[in-house]
Amino acid sequence: MKLSISVFPLSEIRMGCFLGAMLCGILTSHLYAQEIPGDSLKLIQLNEVIVISAGKQLDHQKQRKPLSTLDEFLESSLSVNMVKRGAYAWEPTMNDMASERLAVTIDGMQIFGACTDKMDPITSYVDVSNLSEAEIGSGQQGAMFGNTIGGGINLKLDKSNFKPTGWTGSLESAYETNNKMRVFGGELNYSEEKFYLNTDAIYRKADNYYAGGDKEVLFSQFEKYNFSINSGYKLAEDKSVSATLIYDEANDVGYPALTMDVSLARAVIGSVSFNQDTLFGSLTNWESKLYYNDIKHTMDDTKRPDVPIHMDMPGWSETAGFYTQANFNKEKNHFFFKLDGYYNRSYAEMTMYPVDSNEPLMFMLTWPDVHTKDVGFYGEDHIPLEKASLKLSTRLAYHSNTVADDFGLNSLKIFYPEMEKTNTRFLKSFSTKYHKMLNGFHLNGGISYGERAPSVSEGYGFYLFNSFDNHDYIGDPELNTERSADANLSVTYKKPTFEITAGANYFHIFNYIIGVVDPSLSTMTIGADGVKIYTNLDYAQLFNASLSGKYNISNAFKLSGSVSYHRGIDNDGENLPLISPLSYRSALDFYKNQYSASLSVNGAGEQVNYNPSYGETKTAAYATLSASFGKRFFIKDNDLFVKTGIENILDTYYSSYTDWNNIPRMGRNFYLTISYSIN
Amino acid sequence: MKTLKYIFAILILSISFVSCSDDDENTPVEVNPVEGLTMIYEIPAADHTVQIYSEKQSLEVGYNEISFRIKDLASNEYVTNAAPSWTPMMHMETMEHSAPHSMLSNSEESTVYKGYIVFQMASNSTEYWELMLNYNLKGQAVEEAVMVTVVQPADGMKKTQVFMGSDDTRYILAYVNPKDPKVAINDLQAVLYKMENMMSFPMVENYKITVDPRMPGMGNHSSPNNVDMTYNSSTKMYNGKLSLTMTGYWKINLKLMNQSGEVLKGEDVTELNPESSLYFELEF
Repeated sequence: MKLSISVFPLSEIRMGCFLGAMLCGILTSHLYAQEIPGDSLKLIQLNEVIVISAGKQLDHQKQRKPLSTLDEFLESSLSVNMVKRGAYAWEPTMNDMASERLAVTIDGMQIFGACTDKMDPITSYVDVSNLSEAEIGSGQQGAMFGNTIGGGINLKLDKSNFKPTGWTGSLESAYETNNKMRVFGGELNYSEEKFYLNTDAIYRKADNYYAGGDKEVLFSQFEKYNFSINSGYKLAEDKSVSATLIYDEANDVGYPALTMDVSLARAVIGSVSFNQDTLFGSLTNWESKLYYNDIKHTMDDTKRPDVPIHMDMPGWSETAGFYTQANFNKEKNHFFFKLDGYYNRSYAEMTMYPVDSNEPLMFMLTWPDVHTKDVGFYGEDHIPLEKASLKLSTRLAYHSNTVADDFGLNSLKIFYPEMEKTNTRFLKSFSTKYHKMLNGFHLNGGISYGERAPSVSEGYGFYLFNSFDNHDYIGDPELNTERSADANLSVTYKKPTFEITAGANYFHIFNYIIGVVDPSLSTMTIGADGVKIYTNLDYAQLFNASLSGKYNISNAFKLSGSVSYHRGIDNDGENLPLISPLSYRSALDFYKNQYSASLSVNGAGEQVNYNPSYGETKTAAYATLSASFGKRFFIKDNDLFVKTGIENILDTYYSSYTDWNNIPRMGRNFYLTISYSIN
Repeated sequence: MKTLKYIFAILILSISFVSCSDDDENTPVEVNPVEGLTMIYEIPAADHTVQIYSEKQSLEVGYNEISFRIKDLASNEYVTNAAPSWTPMMHMETMEHSAPHSMLSNSEESTVYKGYIVFQMASNSTEYWELMLNYNLKGQAVEEAVMVTVVQPADGMKKTQVFMGSDDTRYILAYVNPKDPKVAINDLQAVLYKMENMMSFPMVENYKITVDPRMPGMGNHSSPNNVDMTYNSSTKMYNGKLSLTMTGYWKINLKLMNQSGEVLKGEDVTELNPESSLYFELEF
């Protein structure tokens, strides 16, 4: 399989408007409204689009920091928070739920990280250079991308899509003072009506960063590069084929919050797709895609002083999948149908080197070659009504996990002697959403139900060490399906000069999966406090609420602000971990005559609701101040954009609730970004 | 029609191919009764030879499964009615003693007499083991003896314990299975004998041996779902379950208890007491 990927002829071509097609014509027009990243806090938006495309002059003025990492872009979104284990590979969370409860896809492709310790969320395998935007659906609004509880994030690749632009290119570079991050990137594109080819490359290298007060955070360095090629060819006026290939590699990535680093995180992601305007006369925007990706992740503790025992922990994740989708309009109904499936293999092992070198190596399978098969059908119907609209959607999926490795199966049978090799489930999701306009008020409300299967770690993990609560975790192959019922409501009042939105959502999650201490078990990791088994709680409750506003002081000045509140408790009323405290954000943005500037403040209240049994400590309140300044120059037909800024101006020493083991965040940081586009 | 004919031809060919392979499967395969065993000694006699086999290359301290065959040189056949018995003897400088051993049986293979001996110590230049064999051959009682070498296990793992219990009895506990441990729940087997005198080692029945596997190299990590060993009257061994969560060096901490639950040897593993005085070691 690996071979077949590396010999993908580059001429193979790929079709582009996957998510464009998904959005076009079926979702309400307010979904098009591109949110300006960073202008307000984590709100309870049902759907959101974050503009990323670093090289596009179109969006520069909207971005405070154009060449920041994808993690920073997502962090700037209204509904995404990022869990940080260092300066790199942050893990997205939505509605206070992380990877296992989200469906995160790249251009509709399912990809699963290869690290048992969540050091490689799939967002770490792409870069801003090859993305145009991130589409975010809260709760079951993300079910289009896969089975989910908390929501879905789709990272949409940047493609020319047969626009007659000819040759274009750009060069970008950035420098940040705090961790001496150097970024070099470039892209070269050719596009005409029958053919397009997009290529881009980006390289980032950063040293250790310094927290407020000039305190160096050891092991926070990283180095990464990413290449991608997209190409499309029109077979006929209404038919085209396209292909994508992404290669992403990170080396020497430090994880200051963990006990080990990463020597290699590598992804090869490829797809071919076929697109046709109509099918069987009545279906439109028919798109089909076949994809494959291969991820290798190698942890490394050789640079750490005083490790009690040296370990090698490589992991592999390989996924092949497809989807085919089309729209169908009948009278007032706008249907969208999608059939998708994937096959994933996850394998991870651990080899420990005893202090007494005469003893044999200690070996275990931490992911026992779990084969996951998932085939799903997604359908939605959008019905415009008078000054209102209704959206109904459903996902029905067959999901199975098989432990393919006998060594791994026998290992798990130590805990579950009766366990079956294969576990099959049927997953369901239903959602309704209603939107009503009333004298300048927009009312959005929805209720939905969704289910998800346990992740590979939750179902089959074998002594996975979690440094946050200092426990070893063991999966349970007999876990029940997690089921969530949620309701959401938001009210927006819109006037030409200002807009104010209040929103809230509530998730009641049955069979909530979380690690529960089993005091009878003995730890594996030296120094761990105990062993937790992934267990279904009867239920857990999550509540999120937010208030945000925008005010256009003048054409040039815009003020925005937001505040949000989050709460998560289990069935005993105990706090769930990694739930945001009260947080707020405000910004003043200026844009006139190709000059842009911003001043923003971010902060959070004291973390009142935390849970020490999950390793949490009370995170103190903090606030940081940042500013940016940019100017766009025209040089003949070309475009030069310069942006500079200061983050954490007051050099505050702080950490937020998302910082793994409370590692401090970056202190004062100056950055400079230069992009030059040749049109 | 022509194509159809070809298809028929291929069908018929494939059927005949399948039936051929069926025939092959039905052909009885000659089974070598000492397959996988090594002949470690051969005792020549006037009209016959005695061949002694072991799974290992040499006899080791601890539990040894031993097989032997008697070959009648006249008929070139292996004897099936020898009704043998055996006695291992250690000849030390000042004394001699026997070792725990099973009866011999040829119930699995009529030509192969099988049993086991638990050697308590290794032989050296001045102290040696002798294996005495008594059997019938053509109506005659025959006695043969062979000097055997017993070495410490090649992997250096302690799998045999000779100890004085708190009841002032000397016991011999020897590890039998798993021979090839796996990361899994393994079937654990051991044999327990007591030493009545230098020559008499009766099997001890209906005691209990607790099992607590630990990895000293991993902060004394242990595993769940182990089952203490209890006496099984059909196998005449102590059977239990041994969970091993990873490969490497394991110390199986044991405690021997008599029928009334009194601890005769061994201690619980605690924070302060990392190991029991009664244990097996294994590495894989």
